[in-house]
Amino acid sequence: MNIHEYQGKEILKQYGVKVPEGRVAFTVEEAVEAAKELGTQVVVVKAQIHAGGRGKAGGVKVAKNLDEARTYAQEILGKVLVTHQTGPEGKEVKRLLIEQGCDIKKEYYVGVVVDRATGSVVMMASEEGGTEIEEVAAHSPEKIFKEIIDPVTGLNAFQARRLAYAINIPKELINKAAKFMMSLYQAFVDKDASIAEINPLVVTGDGEVMALDAKLNFDSNALYRHPDIVALRDLDEEDEKEIEASKFDLSYIALDGNIGCMVNGAGLAMATMDIVKFYGGDPANFLDVGGGATEEKVTEAFKIILRDEKVKGIFVNIFGGIMKCDVIANGVVNAAKQIKLDKPLVVRLEGTNVDLGKKILNESGLNIVAAESMADGAEKIVALVK
Amino acid sequence: MSILVNKNTKVITQGITGATGLFHTRGAVEYGTQMVGGVTPGKGGTEVDGIPIFNTVAEAVEKTGANASVIYVAPPFAADAIMEAVDAELDLVICITEGIPVLDMVKVKRYMEGKKTLLVGPNCPGVITPGECKIGIMPGYIHTPGKVGIVSRSGTLTYEAVHQTSTRGIGQSTAVGIGGDPVKGMEFIDVLKMFNEDPDTEAVIMIGEIGGTAEEEAAEWIAANMKKPVVGFIGGQTAPPGKRMGHAGAIISGGKGTAAEKIAKLEECGVRVAKTPAVIGETLVELLTEKGMLDKVLNK
Repeated sequence: MNIHEYQGKEILKQYGVKVPEGRVAFTVEEAVEAAKELGTQVVVVKAQIHAGGRGKAGGVKVAKNLDEARTYAQEILGKVLVTHQTGPEGKEVKRLLIEQGCDIKKEYYVGVVVDRATGSVVMMASEEGGTEIEEVAAHSPEKIFKEIIDPVTGLNAFQARRLAYAINIPKELINKAAKFMMSLYQAFVDKDASIAEINPLVVTGDGEVMALDAKLNFDSNALYRHPDIVALRDLDEEDEKEIEASKFDLSYIALDGNIGCMVNGAGLAMATMDIVKFYGGDPANFLDVGGGATEEKVTEAFKIILRDEKVKGIFVNIFGGIMKCDVIANGVVNAAKQIKLDKPLVVRLEGTNVDLGKKILNESGLNIVAAESMADGAEKIVALVK
Repeated sequence: MSILVNKNTKVITQGITGATGLFHTRGAVEYGTQMVGGVTPGKGGTEVDGIPIFNTVAEAVEKTGANASVIYVAPPFAADAIMEAVDAELDLVICITEGIPVLDMVKVKRYMEGKKTLLVGPNCPGVITPGECKIGIMPGYIHTPGKVGIVSRSGTLTYEAVHQTSTRGIGQSTAVGIGGDPVKGMEFIDVLKMFNEDPDTEAVIMIGEIGGTAEEEAAEWIAANMKKPVVGFIGGQTAPPGKRMGHAGAIISGGKGTAAEKIAKLEECGVRVAKTPAVIGETLVELLTEKGMLDKVLNK
């Protein structure tokens, strides 16, 4: 789960990570009021959306006085920002962060992630702050330093110092930087984050080590023990269909194509998208109905797929293992009747009671095309939506 | 022969009194697996279907001589269940539970260092040696005893591969679902090593997906060590970056973990990669025919 920058900074602040003084604003008036309260000559007006690349898209402006703060707030609020992470449709800005300006001496990068290869939490740091870390990794990997963290001891002070020295933090600020990193790690584990990225971390003219930006992402599997994080969820930032799907415990991801896919199992769901594409079609979504695909779930899944107006046909691909094919077939037929499905529907069933399942589909009186195999099904739906 | 489990494996179910645990324990018993006990704290001394229940894994092991356990415990308590099984020095622990917080698994991995127990999962279908022992949620009847080893990050794609081989008259030595989480027990390489050393496994199917670099590492290991032909498949060729595709581990992030990279690496390392999920079995038949090995894997 993602949160906004200002929310991330508030969490980090509780752990002793230094961040610029700031206020969230939902209107231009609130923005001007916030700028007044902050009291500094210079304030920064920052668009709050769940995507990176805001600066380049014109979503971050430095205001030298209150008039400029008002102008920028008017300009950015309500604007649709298109960045490399929003997709071409962009994201509308509904919140601003108004922050004290600070005297930046140099920018660095610090990130915390779970590393699969070692099965550990790893902190990464680089002197190349402000730019995208993926680019640094591609062009000058030697400039990224890593510390693998033992969950028993946490990030040790010596490890934090080693990182600080490696990225050439000024020597009088090494201890401040080390404390910053240790606080960041503590916030990461306490809140079950999956990514914590500070880009840039800055050292300032008055000798501070600060997080100028904060990107925090949380492990959705651990949200049950963090109601405070769940409360920060901003539904405006999520796909409406994905929210609806999550209510029914369906795993749904919207894509750009026109063939709706309904599959059991995440791996098979991904592979189904692949095979649709292989036969020249374009999947409209990823949808895993899970192992226990009940009639109710299948009905909801159909509804969610059909909310997407681009969808011209649906491909159901089920390998009934524990779930029996006849049960699934009944679910599909009843769901199709209930929602009065009027688009092509291709169903591939395999597994327990498959013959009975196919019989139910054929005798349903509905226009359901039964597929002999996954490949056959993909070919058929691609032909039907053409 | 086989790997990890066989007819002598004695299994306990952790979380046996939950609906899922009980359902799949019954499925395992029906298949012929030696289910010798169950663990549910607070229900020790009772039994279900004649299977004795214990309060602790240690006690279950002491009383039943179990050497493996399967975990169906709910996500908030599953990490603790794994560690309890490791502490009881079982040879093998298979964790089916989906949705364990990743930082819990980081602690589990640390806890397991230096211990003898092997962990499969979490978030996996389990392990089956056809005709001998089924531990997990896979449909037993699609499997046939035979000589092809299967290892996969995905449950339903494992069933696809099993089905596509069985229907071509090719059985499986053991099918191992290693699970879709980013931090887990056995990785591809650990399972490949076992298949490589198993005299009754003639060829291997390896099914990966987007996210991480485990497939690339496995590919390099295969190039350097594998004596047996390997067919691969990678799911998620059309998945967009930054979107988690169901499995916690299936996400392309920071430009890493794409299907294209994985497929290229596998092919470069001598693995025959199936073009679509529908032709995994066909690709295996092709490869083994070319190598003159098809006879070795066809069921007699």
